[in-house]
Amino acid sequence: MTSPLAGYLLVAALLFAIGLAGALVRRNAILVLIGIELMLNAANLNLIAFWRFGPHPEALTGMMFAIFSIAVAAAEAAVGLGLVIAIHRHTDTTELDKINRMKG
Amino acid sequence: MSPIFYILAALTIGGGLAAVLLKHLVHCALATTVAFAGLALLFLQLDAQFAGFAQILVYIGAVAILIVFAILLTRGAELPKDGVFSRTWFAGLVIAAGVFAVLAWAILQSVRSVSEQSAVPVVTVHDIGNALVGRYVLPLEIVALLLTAATIGAVIVAMHEKERPKS
Repeated sequence: MTSPLAGYLLVAALLFAIGLAGALVRRNAILVLIGIELMLNAANLNLIAFWRFGPHPEALTGMMFAIFSIAVAAAEAAVGLGLVIAIHRHTDTTELDKINRMKG
Repeated sequence: MSPIFYILAALTIGGGLAAVLLKHLVHCALATTVAFAGLALLFLQLDAQFAGFAQILVYIGAVAILIVFAILLTRGAELPKDGVFSRTWFAGLVIAAGVFAVLAWAILQSVRSVSEQSAVPVVTVHDIGNALVGRYVLPLEIVALLLTAATIGAVIVAMHEKERPKS
């Protein structure tokens, strides 16, 4: 019944929802970052699926978008994990419930 | 829909679920790696070879290692005493389920108008390289600048602070 494009989009939607749940539900800051990475990856899967089943795949638009998105996600992961390490050094915890002040 | 797609989808979704639900942080990082690998295989299944191998290199090769380093540097391998889920976990679960319901409804409503099958696009790495230094050269330069700035920024943020006179 479902077309291939719908199947890939449903997988991406489910992965996005799982990542969102991870970012909202867990206490640890690293798990929140993992959830954000899962959401970014779900968006990449959407881009590639639309590129593959779109009318002009030879134009490479979706593919390029996905590649640049992967690069930006790598930069985001590096900065995010660096921030987590800095916060851990400062407050000695990575539990988001306990980080409740911005002033050191 | 081939059976390979269902296997890869189950691998990806299972990895994602395990990454969110497992208690031990190191297990979560390993499950995330499984989810990234499943996504890379899905990219290959979609005839996007370059994106698939870039996914393997960047996510499994770099991001997963970074996550493991961060877990070990912050002593996250120890289990917290008062649970791994936050106090407002039920609201988060409801929001995520609602988002998925809206997305799935929109997909199932709208995709029928798209053509079902299309020919396999023939895209070589040569074409991608030509596009990167031709039409997409400005985004490429901006991404290079962003990566440099992010690397320097991450090092400066995570660098050991100097000893303060007080505290």
